[in-house]
Amino acid sequence: MSLELKNVEKKVGIDTHIHPTSLKLEKNTINVLLGSTLAGKTTLMQIMAGLDKPTSGEIWFDGKDVTGMKVQKRNCSMVYQQFINYPNYTVYENIASPLAITGVKDDEIKQRVGKVAELLKLSAMLNKKPDELSGGQQQRTALARALVKDSDLILLDEPLANLDFKLREELREELPKLFEDRDCIVIYATTEPSDALMIGGNTATLLEGRVIQYGKTLDVYNKPENLISAKVFSDPPMNIAEITKSGDNCKFTDNNVQWKSSAKIKDGTYKIGIRPHNITTYKEGNNSVEINGKVQISELSGSESLIHFTNGNLNWVSLSNGTQQKNVGEDTKLYMNTDEFLYFDQNNRLVNNG
Amino acid sequence: MNKTINQKAWYFVIPVFVLVAFNAAIPLMTVVNYSFQETFGNNVFAWEGTRWFKQILLSERFHASLGRQFAFTFIILLIQIPLGIAIALTMPKKGWGVPVCLILMSMPLLIPWNVVGAMWNIFALPDIGFLGYTLNSVGFDYNFTQQPGDAWFTTILMDVWHWTSLVVLLSYAGLNSIQPAYYQAAEIDGASRWATFRYIELPKMKKVLTLAILLRFMDSFMIYTEPFVLTGGGPGNTTAFLSIDLVKMALGQFDLGPAAAMSLIYFFIVLLVCWVFYNLMMKNEAQS
Repeated sequence: MSLELKNVEKKVGIDTHIHPTSLKLEKNTINVLLGSTLAGKTTLMQIMAGLDKPTSGEIWFDGKDVTGMKVQKRNCSMVYQQFINYPNYTVYENIASPLAITGVKDDEIKQRVGKVAELLKLSAMLNKKPDELSGGQQQRTALARALVKDSDLILLDEPLANLDFKLREELREELPKLFEDRDCIVIYATTEPSDALMIGGNTATLLEGRVIQYGKTLDVYNKPENLISAKVFSDPPMNIAEITKSGDNCKFTDNNVQWKSSAKIKDGTYKIGIRPHNITTYKEGNNSVEINGKVQISELSGSESLIHFTNGNLNWVSLSNGTQQKNVGEDTKLYMNTDEFLYFDQNNRLVNNG
Repeated sequence: MNKTINQKAWYFVIPVFVLVAFNAAIPLMTVVNYSFQETFGNNVFAWEGTRWFKQILLSERFHASLGRQFAFTFIILLIQIPLGIAIALTMPKKGWGVPVCLILMSMPLLIPWNVVGAMWNIFALPDIGFLGYTLNSVGFDYNFTQQPGDAWFTTILMDVWHWTSLVVLLSYAGLNSIQPAYYQAAEIDGASRWATFRYIELPKMKKVLTLAILLRFMDSFMIYTEPFVLTGGGPGNTTAFLSIDLVKMALGQFDLGPAAAMSLIYFFIVLLVCWVFYNLMMKNEAQS
């Protein structure tokens, strides 16, 4: 069982919502679609589900061409950002609804709903209506509805985006466990890189209707194929600068900071990408290099400190552990862990991927 | 929090007080005054106690017009609410059809009551009106000025024509506020069109529909101008709804005392029904 998109394209009027995309998702995998709003995540999911038809291209499921096949015949389920439940059904009836429609026997419905409710910690509120529940519980109900069906394809469209922080963390931890031992393909759309990392599985980075890169989540994170993928998969945003390399010596074009690089790449000019957590107020790794910065914004979250700083033309973000109190306008020293630098060539392709 | 003392604020409140006093409180008290007394003009009054109230409440004439009133309101609600929802469901959700439909729908609402009455009167005349003439020429014995059934039919048709749009517009607004994800979810579940309507659209439209029913109830319960112009309450008294009957009594017969008592009873019925309705609505709200 696999879901395969073959050159799928979606145009609405003169706008192209999805550029020709080919993607193969395997059975028993969780696949994250990562991209900002309007990247095409929802459109792609609707095409996968059969809620929307591609302008051109084919969708194959389980070795069969399902392009244009209606959603009712596809055995898939979907969870949305908004908490979608039948308003005047109880939680039990809501979870049971996909089964009742397909004519499953009452005993079996009862047993299956009970099991899913248990899994999602809804057992105590089966007789309540959605309006009486908290947002987290409403979304759990929607998730239960999606799970009870034993779908081949489960689509989750930013399911945690409307929840407040604590509930989001809680549900995010449970999510991967929910899909273990299930014979299905799970697709999870999110705007947050941290979601992708916590859920694991595979990740596809998206930008403006194109799939930039698809692969194992950690591979995509650690070895982004190109600068765009690296940018999509970085929050806070990745710091980028132009450098020149000659021999082992590297140097920023904009200032005089230098370091020795062990990257096996030719001499020349490159772009480097530095993730914010690789610039810290303290030394990290054996090859850290000092950089001066003028503090622009300093945000403390308790466990982490986000410091925006400028150095000449560079306007960068650093992320350090602990509370690193810095005053706005203060000149400070920061340390870059050069081992973690990502080098991109003039075509924005990653070069130190060895 | 400290309250700021600002006596000037009274300047903003006083006009409302004056306005309400002149257009509601004072006329109402005049009616109350009449309802307990007998008058022969010249500002001479004699105390009658609750005599007029007893007389009205026991009079067959009042029972008859109240019955007609409830029947009329019930029938038009029964037609207008489902029809309004049905039309709203078929209206386009995007594209150039939206403004066209909305404008067409709001047209009847913009026409003054007496114009509607006059329009339908001419429209339905059996000898020259388009509706009346057509019905007669295809074989129906239709004459709304002489046959009670035809008079009712015409009055109801006129009200449906005039006011269904209101239900349509409210339902349409309710339908448009349903997020597309609900429809998709229903589609994924394999829900039928009817199930989608019954379990998604109808519950989501509940609030606007309660409002529509309340508005249409009050309005139709107090209907005067249109049937007055169309049928004048006739033939006989067959379309004399409460307000028409009331005016006949007050201005036709000049029975000011009983008419005042009837106005108050009328007023209390409207108030009572609205109160019951509102409470049911709020109870439902608290439940869900």
